[in-house]
Amino acid sequence: MPHAPDPGGAAAAWPRAFRTAVLDPGAPAPAGLHGCAGSPAGRRFDVYRNNVVHSLTTALAEIFPAVERLVGAANFGVLARAFVRAHPPRSPLLFAYGEAFADFLARYEPVRALVYLPDVARIERAWLDAYHAADAEPLPGAALAALAPDRLAGSRFRPHPATRLVRSRYAAASIVLANRGTPPPAGGRIRAGEAEAALVTRPALTVTLAPLCPAEGAFFAALLAGRTLQAAAGTAAEEDAAFDLAGAIRRLVDSGAFAALRTDADGEREETTP
Amino acid sequence: MRRAETSSPPAAGRFPAFSVAGRAGASFKPQHLEAILADPGAIGFLEVHAENYMGAGGPPHAALARLRAERPLSLHGVCMSIGGLEPLDRAHLARFADLVARYEPALVSEHLAWSTHDDVFLNDLLPLPYTDATLARVCDHIDAVQTAIGRPMLLENPSTYVLFAESTWRETDFLREVVRRTGCGLLLDVNNVFVSATNHGFSAAAYLADFPLAHVGEIHLAGHARDADENGVAFLIDSHDAPVADPVWALYETVVAQRGAVPTLVEWDSAVPDWPVLMAEAAAAEAILARKGGRVAQEPRHAARA
Repeated sequence: MPHAPDPGGAAAAWPRAFRTAVLDPGAPAPAGLHGCAGSPAGRRFDVYRNNVVHSLTTALAEIFPAVERLVGAANFGVLARAFVRAHPPRSPLLFAYGEAFADFLARYEPVRALVYLPDVARIERAWLDAYHAADAEPLPGAALAALAPDRLAGSRFRPHPATRLVRSRYAAASIVLANRGTPPPAGGRIRAGEAEAALVTRPALTVTLAPLCPAEGAFFAALLAGRTLQAAAGTAAEEDAAFDLAGAIRRLVDSGAFAALRTDADGEREETTP
Repeated sequence: MRRAETSSPPAAGRFPAFSVAGRAGASFKPQHLEAILADPGAIGFLEVHAENYMGAGGPPHAALARLRAERPLSLHGVCMSIGGLEPLDRAHLARFADLVARYEPALVSEHLAWSTHDDVFLNDLLPLPYTDATLARVCDHIDAVQTAIGRPMLLENPSTYVLFAESTWRETDFLREVVRRTGCGLLLDVNNVFVSATNHGFSAAAYLADFPLAHVGEIHLAGHARDADENGVAFLIDSHDAPVADPVWALYETVVAQRGAVPTLVEWDSAVPDWPVLMAEAAAAEAILARKGGRVAQEPRHAARA
């Protein structure tokens, strides 16, 4: 779009002065503003400051409800305000906000003891990505059932657009479920130190989150990277000799995490139905 | 400055071309989806914030498609930063145009405000000084929007808490000149007028008397909250978290009596009540449209469709 260069000097200073003051709680209101009948802008300017910081921290709480529940609402408010000031959004799409939140938490000293917290945030970010991802039909189970075993072994799978995998050294997936309203498994006390992967997807309109053991996590990671079923199974067996391949293949279909498969015989052609 | 080309209804739209003439609507909140679908026809139209529907798919689009199949939609952008100094975000503009094409909204609007500078998005409707320079920028940006969407848009008057010493235009004159240069229509937010008038000590009635009502294609109503500044002087916050206040209803009646039955939207974005409460606010607005509107308002030139 043809735009003249910004007019220099004071005339163009207001957006930057506004932006700086809005994000800095200690800063005075920008010069050149006033309230009613020439009164100072002070408390009235604070409305903008509050709107910006409150709306962004509220957005973070909505994206990361398990993180908020784990640290408590008051603590979440403190760390969310610190995050907003360090990483204000670069896009008007607030549902995409918080990509940097997990890494921020990993470096944020007051929550360093909650070692699983960054992965909890990664899973919650993946959850909202899955929620807004493109629609696609999941791979029908019949597509696999129709394949001869050797062709199945050589198959590669195209992920559903909503599918995300977060591999953690902690039981981050179970922690997310327990803190987003899903009842804990029967008799199950979560052992936070047990490694898990989180398989997040949305085959229809409901986002699903499944905790996977590390071997199954390795299996899905390999498939999502475009490796063949056989290669993925080998990777998983290296992780754990007792890896349940049949169960993992069932999940491959039932989870809806994939949209299509391609056998070596298909070359580059994809088939979604047999 | 170029006028936006006249738009005509799509030849083969995906959705019926419902009319919003003489109707009142409400903000759409996902928690109200089932209640709204259970009572089709009760609400005149629904308004959504465009940015909430800029994902690729999923439940938001599924809900919006169901709603749009039964009633008109108003697409209300809140993040275009039309009042900013920087060029519009081309990717954002393209997403906005895609939504207009996809959902064929009866009304399309944005704000006289800014929210993005130096690539930082502040998620609020921030004020701008009214000068010759900002007027030119705003008109450039509206031209860009109207070119992208292939039809005129409505521009909403802001609620403000501070004034700029450098402003040389009155807000009403500024808006009138934007309309003259770009051919856009106006979205008159009566609550914003009342909030700004209270905050800056001017008469809301006088502001409305000077407002270019002939170009108004939609009216907004909403609730506000009270606060006080460091001198103990009360001011209002455009909070959208409460019923429409009595003085705002009174101003609205005056506007409708003068302008006719312009489609009217009740906004409620925070502390959102159950659907019947919001529906009752819209019904109250529609009763005023019927009682005071006299006639269905003539659409401002090209500014609304269907």
